[in-house]
Amino acid sequence: MSTNVSQYAGEDYFRFWPRHNAALFRRLETKHSWLEPAGGDGVATDVLENEMVLNIGPQHPATHGVLRCAVKLDGEIIEKCVLDIGYLHRGIEKLAESKSYQEFMPYTDRMDYLAPYSTNVAWCLAVEKLAGIEVPDRAQWVRMMMVELARISAHLLWMGVGLMDAGAVSVFLWAFQSREDIYKIFDHVAGARFTVSHSRIGGLASDVSPEALALIADFADRFPAVIDGWEKLLNRNRIWIDRNAGIGVMSADDVMGLGMTGPNLRGSGVEYDIRRFEPYLKYDEVDFVIPIRTEGDCLARYFVRLREMKESVKIIRQCLEKLPAGPIRSDNAKHAYASKDEVYYSMEGMIHDFMYTSEGVTPPRGAEVYHAIEAPKGELGFFLQSDGTGNPWRCHMNSPSYSNLQGLETMLEGAAMGDMVVLIGTVDPVMGEADK
Amino acid sequence: MNLPLPLIALIGFGVINFFLLSASVLVYAERKVSAYIHNRPGPNRVGPFGLLQPFADVVKLVFKEDIRPTVANSFVHSFAPWLMVVVAMATTALLPLARGVVIADVGVGALALLALTSIAVYGVTLAGWSSNSKYSLLGGLRSSAQMISYELSMGLAVVSVVLMTGSLRLTDIVEAQNAVWYVFSNPVGCILFIVTAFAETNRAPFDLPEAEQELVGGYHTEYSGMKFGMFFLAEYVNLFIASFVIVTLFFGGYLLPFEHLYVDFFVDRGLDWLLVILQLLSLGLKAAFFAFVFIWVRWTLPRFKYSQLMQIGWKYLLPIAIGWVVIVAVVMAIFA
Repeated sequence: MSTNVSQYAGEDYFRFWPRHNAALFRRLETKHSWLEPAGGDGVATDVLENEMVLNIGPQHPATHGVLRCAVKLDGEIIEKCVLDIGYLHRGIEKLAESKSYQEFMPYTDRMDYLAPYSTNVAWCLAVEKLAGIEVPDRAQWVRMMMVELARISAHLLWMGVGLMDAGAVSVFLWAFQSREDIYKIFDHVAGARFTVSHSRIGGLASDVSPEALALIADFADRFPAVIDGWEKLLNRNRIWIDRNAGIGVMSADDVMGLGMTGPNLRGSGVEYDIRRFEPYLKYDEVDFVIPIRTEGDCLARYFVRLREMKESVKIIRQCLEKLPAGPIRSDNAKHAYASKDEVYYSMEGMIHDFMYTSEGVTPPRGAEVYHAIEAPKGELGFFLQSDGTGNPWRCHMNSPSYSNLQGLETMLEGAAMGDMVVLIGTVDPVMGEADK
Repeated sequence: MNLPLPLIALIGFGVINFFLLSASVLVYAERKVSAYIHNRPGPNRVGPFGLLQPFADVVKLVFKEDIRPTVANSFVHSFAPWLMVVVAMATTALLPLARGVVIADVGVGALALLALTSIAVYGVTLAGWSSNSKYSLLGGLRSSAQMISYELSMGLAVVSVVLMTGSLRLTDIVEAQNAVWYVFSNPVGCILFIVTAFAETNRAPFDLPEAEQELVGGYHTEYSGMKFGMFFLAEYVNLFIASFVIVTLFFGGYLLPFEHLYVDFFVDRGLDWLLVILQLLSLGLKAAFFAFVFIWVRWTLPRFKYSQLMQIGWKYLLPIAIGWVVIVAVVMAIFA
């Protein structure tokens, strides 16, 4: 093995980022593996005969963006794997510190870009907790509805991409038909299809129109039949089941130890969902089930996510029923934007608007808060520390994709090359969020 | 061999052009069928209904820069796509197109067919090896393992047909189905052959050698321009040939349905030419149906995993094939 280590020692071996790449591949060589090495029965074999180091990504169609895995293959079996992330790092946490709280909102759209509304709401809730802002009930119910729609949209993409990676390209496009319905709803509600930025600190940007509510109700009526269609297509599909069952098995201890969250946690039998155990918004007033599977393999995670979509529809229905009338933003001009009526027709309103835009919310000096929500991918939390000004002194994001990627190396080791795509799909990382 | 040589040459010319053209028609069909499966319109800009789309693709491929990796073996790298196309085209010579219309009516037709399809694996393996890329190499390795595993079952499926016919000549095999197509008298062999044909043509769900998502194209990752185009061409020609072979071996080849009942009608009135045309049409339609099945399956099923593939090949298909050949042989020995 020593010959291989020295192979990467020379810094001119790699053309780009030589120090980083040398370190990465050296780590791959020296990483301890629980697997039997090739020719593991003690017979000295030439490693070149059956071992191969393969670099997968960052430009690889199955890595969901710019994830990079350096793997050591024994035939088709992945013996060791080292992940390399950071190709989408934009320094978002640092950016937050130079923006006012409201200004940072559009950046949160770009973190988990598959469920922007979740990140919006996570940020708003953290800031509201920090500054002690009361949010009107209607805004909370609408947020909850939209967050559940975002969950469905994210899970749909997970399913479409997961199956496309497994070779069934059609499912990807079918999943996008339902996502299109959700995009239309977002378009009606927020005026944007993808990066919605609709939630505001202290409430919402605009009220939900009756047409949008009708669209949501229509979606909630039609979508369960769509899921049933998926189940019919996939639950008895021999190839799909065989490709998922028994792959990437993680015990409850494993996932807890590695800090994985969300469906990856619940697929291994850990009953943890922040919506239930630390209810935010109005989750304590709706009735839903937290789907749990105990197998801990890819199939379990598939069933958990499929079931979660159904539960989301249930929550959306209850939100539609219980949606109260009332204001959609806090009436305190220090906490939220004044309404446009006030801004256009009164001097105070305009001053409030000006002040809120230039300075915004100013939480008390020294206040600090951690608030997490159950995003589609798991626990999404913001840690904020205030110095009394309009910008956070410190912002840290606990992103579920990053937490979930911690388990990917363990899952990949011992899996086959063909399992790799399924495993990356099952972890469901969004690199915009993992790299922050 | 009742046709004069110039006529055979003419037919050969026609057949090669037909298959070359059929590849572009199949590309169009594949895109349209997949589009309808996905609820989207598919190509509809180039020409009426987008019919000229494949030709636009070819023009694009021809004018693209031919990129060859510096570390590739230049001769083999250029040789592999050429081999694929030539072998695919050579197979067309063996197919009986209508009664008496066949380019090469070889006595060992069925064997020659198997031999030619197994040469195709060299194209894939050499392409994977010569590119000097790890992804291509994995694709090439998968391909050789897959094709060798499935060739055995395929050969045994053909053997069951040959046992029933008592001849290796493809025209004899077709004529032997005059009363009953082999799909009815030999259903297991037929299913075995169709499944292995999917594997031999590297089509989904057996498209592991080119697994787009894991191997980024597999053996043709490092090919561009018309060299890639030739792999593409060979893939579709192979698909169409596989459909023709399925039809020839199990679905009565060029025979019209229940032809033995009314064949005299044509012969008596001297309408042999009409019969030939009808037979060509019949063969074409049946083959087109199987080409559609190939496309249909591709856009419906996920891909197998490598271990699943090997398991199916060695643990299920091969024992079934061996058992079936034994059964057919015993039955033929007793009743024939």
